Parts: sequence; C-alpha cells; structure tokens
Amino acid sequence: MTVIEARNLRKAFGPTVAVDGVDLRVEEGRILGLIGPNGAGKTTVLNAILGLTQYQGELRVLGRDPWAERDQLMLDVAFVADVAVLPRWMRVSQALDYVSGVHPRFDRAKAEGFLAKTTIKRTSKVRELSKGMVAQLHLALLMAIDAKLLVLDEPTLGLDILYRKQFYDSLLNDYFDRSRTIVVTTHQVEEIQDVLTDLMFINRGRIVLRCSMEDFESRYLELMVLPEQLAAARALKPIHERQVLGRSLLLFDRVGRQELAALGDVRTPSIADLFVAVMGNPNGAAQGAAQ
Amino acid sequence: MTTPSNAVAGAPDSQRTAPAALSQTRLLYWSIRRELWENRSIYIAPLAVAAVGLLGFLIGLMGVSHSRHAQAASDEAHQQIMAAMPYAHAAWVLILTGFIVGVFYSLDALYGERRDRSILFWKSLPVSDLTTVVAKASIPLVVLPVLVFGVTVILQLLMLVLNTGVLLLSGKSVATMWNQLPLFQMELVLLYGLTVMALWHAPLYGWLLLVSGWARRATFLWAVFPLLAIGIFERIAFHTSYFTSLLSDRLYGFAMDAFSLRTPDGTPIDPHFIPLAQITPGKFLGTPGLWVGLVVAAACIAAAVRLRRYREPI
Repeated sequence: MTVIEARNLRKAFGPTVAVDGVDLRVEEGRILGLIGPNGAGKTTVLNAILGLTQYQGELRVLGRDPWAERDQLMLDVAFVADVAVLPRWMRVSQALDYVSGVHPRFDRAKAEGFLAKTTIKRTSKVRELSKGMVAQLHLALLMAIDAKLLVLDEPTLGLDILYRKQFYDSLLNDYFDRSRTIVVTTHQVEEIQDVLTDLMFINRGRIVLRCSMEDFESRYLELMVLPEQLAAARALKPIHERQVLGRSLLLFDRVGRQELAALGDVRTPSIADLFVAVMGNPNGAAQGAAQ
Repeated sequence: MTTPSNAVAGAPDSQRTAPAALSQTRLLYWSIRRELWENRSIYIAPLAVAAVGLLGFLIGLMGVSHSRHAQAASDEAHQQIMAAMPYAHAAWVLILTGFIVGVFYSLDALYGERRDRSILFWKSLPVSDLTTVVAKASIPLVVLPVLVFGVTVILQLLMLVLNTGVLLLSGKSVATMWNQLPLFQMELVLLYGLTVMALWHAPLYGWLLLVSGWARRATFLWAVFPLLAIGIFERIAFHTSYFTSLLSDRLYGFAMDAFSLRTPDGTPIDPHFIPLAQITPGKFLGTPGLWVGLVVAAACIAAAVRLRRYREPI
C-alpha cells in the first residue's frame, strides 16, 4: 500500500521557492529519512504532508488530500513537529485526558505504561518538565496512538545524547512494526543510519538523491586509499574526495568492492559522508539523482 | 474511551480501518474543557469578584442596614428598589467582569496558540479548525454568560441568607425584606439580559477572534486602533460621528430594544430593578441591528476558521 504519493509538489513563499517539483512515493512499512541542509524544504514538504500548509501539485496521504482533510487524516497520522510544542500550561494528566477525549485510536493505558518508565509525575505541568521529559511525554502520547503514519520533524533537536538514543530505541522497539510507516528528518544523521530503510536527500527544494538502505550499502563505498594508488583510484571517478589525517578518503558510487580493495581499505560510508559528498558537489548531486 | 484500540489491533496484517470519527459534540466538549484548563480566569475572575462582593455586602450589613433605608422610604415601589439595590449592583459587577474576561480571552484565543507554537500540537489531533474556533467563540457567547448567571444567582442567595441572618440577630422581622425583594423575578430578568447581551455583542467577540487569528503581535492595538482611526477620520473629513455612535450602540444599544425603560404612563424605570413585565423580546428580535450583528459575527468567525487553517506559528 502506498502511504504517501506526491507528484510535482511545489510550494513558493512569495519569490522564494521552498519546494520545487518533488516526486515522492513512500510504501507501507518503510522508515524514510529526509535529509537536507537548513532551508532545503524538508519542513515544508512535511507540512504539506500533514495538511499544515497549502501546496501545488498532487499529493495523497493514505488516500486523502491533506490540506482539505487534515482533521480526518489525523485519525491515522501522528506527528511531532518540534519537541517544544506541548502547551506549557498543560498538566500531564490533562494531556492524557484531552488526547483520549478527542482521539478514538489513543490507548490511554499504553501511554500510562510508557510514562511509568519515566520520572514524569502525572500532576506536573509541561513548563515544569525538562526538555528531555517533554520529549518523553510527547513520545508517550504519540506511541499510544495507533497511527499508520508517523512523521517526525527534528524530534530530538536540543536533547542530550541519552534522551536521543532512548528516543529512537523506544520508537523501534515499542512502536514500529511492518504495518506502520515513519518519515523522519534530522540533522543528527548518524543516529538514524541503522534505523532507516530508505534515504532521501533534499536540497533547494529538490530531491537530489534517493535510495533504499540496501542500495545505499551496495552502491556506495568509501576507500581509504594507499598513497601510491591515489592516481589509480582517482581514475575510477570518485564522487568525492577528502583528507583525513593526511590520507585521502574517496567515495565511490557503483564501483566494485573487489576493484577498490586492491587500492586500500574499503568500508561502507556513513550517511553523513555521502551527504557531504552529494551536497558539496553539484556533479555528484546529478549522479546521485540519476539512478 | 469509546473504542478500544485492541479491537483493531487484532488483525495487524490486514488493512486497519480507523474507527469512525468521534461525534462532533464530544470533540466540542473536550475543546471547551481545554479552553477552561488554559484560561482559568474564565471562572476564577467571576468567583473572586463574587467573593469580594459578598465581603463588601457583609461589611455593609454590619454598618448601615439597607432594610432600615427601605423601611424609611416612602412608597412601596421605592422600598422594593431600595431592597433590590445591592443585589442589582452585585449582578452588574459580575456582568461587567464577564464582559472584560470575554474581551481579553477572545483577543488571545487564536493568538496565544500561535505564539507558543502549541497550535502544532493541537493540529496533530483529529479536531477540525471549525470545531476549535467554535469552541473558542462559545466561551464569550455561551460559557461566560452561563457562568455569570450561575455565580450571580449563588451570590445573591448567599446575600439573602446573610441579610436574613443579620435581621434575625437584631430581632427584626424578615418578612418585610422577603416581601420587598423580588429575587426570583430579578434572576429571570438577568437570564434574559445576559442572553440579549451575548447576542448583541456577538460581532464584537467575532471581531476580536478574527484579529487574534490574524495579528502577528499586539492584538489589542490591532483590535482597537482601526476602529479609532475610522472614527477620527470620519470626524475630521466629514464632521460627523456616525461610526462612533455605531460603536457605542454596539456596546450598550441593546438596552433600548430589549427592555421598555418607561412604564406605560411614561415614568422612567429605575435600572436597579427592571420588572419582568418590562422586557420586550419581540422588539429586540425585530431590531435589524441584532441580525446585522449576527451576520457580521458569523462572517468574522468563518474568517477566523480560515485563518487558523492558513496561519503558521509566529
């Protein structure tokens, strides 16, 4: 089942084009990471998917038009736009009451169960909680909603490393199953490398790279080249080259592992390495997109 | 919980179907409850004013007895008014409190949630913009009038109990005071008056909600300044003041149409006690100003619903 389908999605704010013809197709059971620099249009794409902003082009989320049917769509979609959006005056018990009051697919007992694992008190107000606790509370509310699509926009921004790790761990262990779909954007790409099933780079409102993580692992290889083999390695047309501790690291797209192994140490690059290669290199971007 | 989610979790592989959306009444109920959680001044302000009023009344009773004034008054109608006066004052202060709370609530209703970005949380739940804005509009139009009525009735009953107690302690007859005080009639007139006011002020609250959904800062200035500017412009350009009188009519013009403020023989009615016979709902319902106002209110609220859909956090 296709969860999100966008064709030629566009959005301009006055003369600034935030999203410039994005095509997107996300199937059920995938965990898609949408990665891009600040101002690349990630949040605008997510807002369009969530019915928070108007757009041009075609977009269906779970078969609905998000802008026209946001309230209906939210029966099946849950999102964290930012960790700081829970109303500060609200008590934890009120948040539980309210969500179970308005959401037919919210399982209060489940949320209470998640909260029991934290130190959050039922009588506390959101403003009295630390930022990490607010994120835990929001996640507890979210994970107790039996949603088909979960959208996370920078869900761990500003959290310390313990909370960040915990956040993704509970998301994967306690929430995700093959019938759910997750779309996530983050700057901390290294944290989600093992979580994702699909990867998409977006820059200046356009998609510059998309691949599944299986493809990512088979296509991209990083070579720490032996100094004497540098010329031979360069002849294989790396998409990016950088220096680390006086040695050259070359990133290759679709070059055989055997071939590279003769020239130095080969490893699978991190998403961050590929991101830098693709974003920092217009030609690389073109290669990445032309799959 | 109406629909246990276990019922659908039983078939994880098959296409899960969302339970039918909750009833609109339920969504509205929770939306109003959440407004009361956030804006506790809606009920704290009238209660606090009532408490202060009751204390004042008690001190007044210790000093000069109202009933002595009433007995000293000449004719029966005058005695009735003297007896009703503190009760009427209490009601007026609470009506004014309700109005002020309603104005400031409306100005913040759609602005606050954008300022603190919590609108992103509210919008992540299956509640439509229409339901949300209707819930917010119902605070000044329904919730506050009902609250003011309830608090006033309780306050006046407590005042009556205190008054009776003081009279009994001082060994005076309570029968005169009870006979003179038309409390039941006053409550009916109060209920009528609050309804009439809410309907008459609806465009005012609608305008405030619209501004609060639109402005990016300084909602009070945006709400008041354009109206002042139009009034001043008209005064300078045409030497007239139609707009200003239109505004003041919108504030308290309902009294002329909702009540007959003169008896059939032409003597003016004392505003401390308006008898039930003097209400004129027919005349009020026949006033074009009422209907024009309601249309304006509906237009403002519709615009506020649209704005809530488009506006992003500030």
